[in-house]
Amino acid sequence: MNYTFSSKTRNICFILMAIGLVSIVGAFIADSHRAWPSLLLNSFFFMAIALGSLFFIAIQYAAEAGWSAVVKRPMEAIASYLPYGAVFLGIVVTLSALHFNHIYHWADPEILHPTLENGQPNPHFDKIIAGKSGFLNPVFYIIRTVVYLLGWVLFLRAFMKRSEIEAKGLDVTNWKRSQSLAAWFLVFFAVTSSTSAWDWIMSIDTHWFSTLFGWYTFAGFFVSALTMITLVVLYLKGQGLLPEVTDNHIHDLGKFMFAFSIFWTYLWTSQFMLIWYSNIPEEVTYYMDRFANYKFLFLLNLFLNFFFPFLVLMKRGSKRNYNLLFFVGIVILFGHWSDNFVMIMPGTMKEHWHMGWVEIGTMLGFLGLFGYVVLSKLASRPVSNPTHVFYQESVHHHI
Amino acid sequence: MENHSTATVRQPLILGNKTYHQISEDIARPIEGKASKLFKVVFVISVLLALWGVGCFAYTIGTGIGVWGNNKSVGWAWDITNFVWWVGIGHAGTLISAVLLLFRQRWRMSINRSAEAMTIFAVICAALFPVMHMGRVWVAYWVFPLPNQFGSLWVNFNSPLLWDVFAISTYFTVSLVFWYTGLIPDFATIRDRQMKPRMQRIYNILSFGWSGSAKQWSRFEEVSLVLAGLSTPLVLSVHTIVSMDFATSVIPGWHTTIFPPYFVAGAIFSGFAMVLTLLIIMRKVLNLEDYITIQHIELMNKIIIVTGSIVGVAYLTELFTSWYSGVEYEQYAFLNRATGPYWWSNWSMMTCNVITPQLFWFKKIRTSLVATFIISIFVNIGMWFERFVIIVTSLHRDYLPSSWTMFHPTFVDVGIFIGTIGIFFTCFLIFSRTFPVIALSELKTILKTTSENPKQPHH
Repeated sequence: MNYTFSSKTRNICFILMAIGLVSIVGAFIADSHRAWPSLLLNSFFFMAIALGSLFFIAIQYAAEAGWSAVVKRPMEAIASYLPYGAVFLGIVVTLSALHFNHIYHWADPEILHPTLENGQPNPHFDKIIAGKSGFLNPVFYIIRTVVYLLGWVLFLRAFMKRSEIEAKGLDVTNWKRSQSLAAWFLVFFAVTSSTSAWDWIMSIDTHWFSTLFGWYTFAGFFVSALTMITLVVLYLKGQGLLPEVTDNHIHDLGKFMFAFSIFWTYLWTSQFMLIWYSNIPEEVTYYMDRFANYKFLFLLNLFLNFFFPFLVLMKRGSKRNYNLLFFVGIVILFGHWSDNFVMIMPGTMKEHWHMGWVEIGTMLGFLGLFGYVVLSKLASRPVSNPTHVFYQESVHHHI
Repeated sequence: MENHSTATVRQPLILGNKTYHQISEDIARPIEGKASKLFKVVFVISVLLALWGVGCFAYTIGTGIGVWGNNKSVGWAWDITNFVWWVGIGHAGTLISAVLLLFRQRWRMSINRSAEAMTIFAVICAALFPVMHMGRVWVAYWVFPLPNQFGSLWVNFNSPLLWDVFAISTYFTVSLVFWYTGLIPDFATIRDRQMKPRMQRIYNILSFGWSGSAKQWSRFEEVSLVLAGLSTPLVLSVHTIVSMDFATSVIPGWHTTIFPPYFVAGAIFSGFAMVLTLLIIMRKVLNLEDYITIQHIELMNKIIIVTGSIVGVAYLTELFTSWYSGVEYEQYAFLNRATGPYWWSNWSMMTCNVITPQLFWFKKIRTSLVATFIISIFVNIGMWFERFVIIVTSLHRDYLPSSWTMFHPTFVDVGIFIGTIGIFFTCFLIFSRTFPVIALSELKTILKTTSENPKQPHH
């Protein structure tokens, strides 16, 4: 059975993309200082969802998970947005590193030298940032960005190639190769998921540092990816597709949303609590800024990303209630978008932030593109893959 | 939980065409048979080590903790190193029993019982150290929030050390209940096989008079799931809070935000190493090779790779961030770890924890019993050094250079540590001859779907 990408759905995607385009262009005309962080936020958020989905696919192979074979196609469709996301994000961060904007303080060449050309002390010299310039300099930064994005995209292509072979018939050798591919990807991902978060996001607050930051960012986009997978599966179920996906699979997806919402909260608490408790000036400024100017969002995120999913998804029945699960999913996705907002904006917009037509419009635009790519991918081939090694196990999955 | 169409690529978890009766036979044999000479020798050695430890404990209590090598700068040393090491080892048991249950990993059923036993003994060994370090152990109950009339002072709720008291006591209680709940039907099986009335009576009491009715089984399954759900956050919380003993401070090398998840990963890493050390011997001595198969060993080795690599990434993250932070003290702390007077402990840790587990990428190595055994010992040693590195190297160079010093363990430090190893093995050996070391009733539930028999028709 194939998914049909109806012209109506297609038009919705186009309208969203048009809204996005207008917002981005409008923002650059009106206030480019506001347009850039919003572009970074949205290009990162959606790219990371695709990356999280690819990570989850790799986990299925590495862990020899059987239950998930019937929802593998939706995961692949989401991951297939990765190259598009990579292009947008790559452009945004490259231009930022080249100081086309003021996202990265370290990209400003004027602050790196203690003296001016005429021998006078440089009033803009920043000793701490100068100390980091061995790592945070445009050339090395851009090389790293290319390595991460290209690496992930190449892995995605390799996975997709394996998937095509998988579709041709039951093939244990191919499954074993997928497993070792997954292992290689996980090694690459283990390093790059952290370092990319330092580069793209942590370095916005250039003075600040936190060893947990990479894993914290990962936890956020991984739970977003799990939620997106659930939403796409529920959408396909709503279209009358994926009959082999039962309440049991949905229940398990719901459990993942529940569990990794808690995991995100665990890392949030670890980072926040230790910094708050120790109260070291170099570190605590990060939260001081957020609490001073983003208090409402900062606290709202904790509610949207923890208390709400925790309390609602605790019950068995709510993980089997499609409408409720869909609604919780929307809340979680917005919550993590908003969490990314609070990670990016304070270092770029300071107290002059908005969550208005620019940010929401850009988000809708990326959502339209994301939806278009994912749904086109779904429509391009059957949504079931009965020749997967674990298909029978997955079909008979019962909890 | 059962999956009625197991994929052909899955290897059987129970080898050798077992029947239900044979499983009972195989697992009850060590309890019903006589102890071998080797067992007696090992047991006596363990008891002697334990007694030496008890002697050192007594000496410490009688004389005071001045008999340890701790000093003004290095106020925490072997005691806390051993404490964290033992608590960490305990984590594998709970991971196997709870987290792998939630993830429906059926291979856990052959190893969960002994891993949980190991957890309980390890937590007991761990708890001895902070209690001893209090000095006046007879007022150890003052760590609880008792009203001042007891002579104690109201505890400091802001201190992670107090959170430790709550976390570890809760963890111990839940682990014990979880372990014991699983044992109830198995004790009943042992009871039903016993010929001697006295033994029958003992096992009947231990099994709480289990009758095996449908209602009891249903309750049993429900309570297992609830306990698994409770244990999962607990196992994370314990090492999280242990990490906060260090990370809430402002000591370079201690204060770092990655500590909570990194400590948890390290704990699971060390715990699995200890499980492997114990099980590779146990499966041989008790003839359980058909239940604890090479596949089980391989899967555990994969967990060792994953957790070992997480720990490796955390080391490198810390190292990188210490440079990146631009904070002189942080930079010095890590430079001192690698090149200071304790460089050897740092490099032992790196070699044992980061490099050796990577050998498991080779299938030949991760399916070899000898190699696995050796590497598991390396990991046990490496994880001990990790805590030593964190604790002693961070303390021996404090902010004031005139306080810089070294730590030298005394014979009491060594004796207590060796003693806890003796206590641990004594407990484990007693366990292996009196308890069903494999969760036999649980294991029987997967016999039909995963034995070597040509697939039998299902109900």
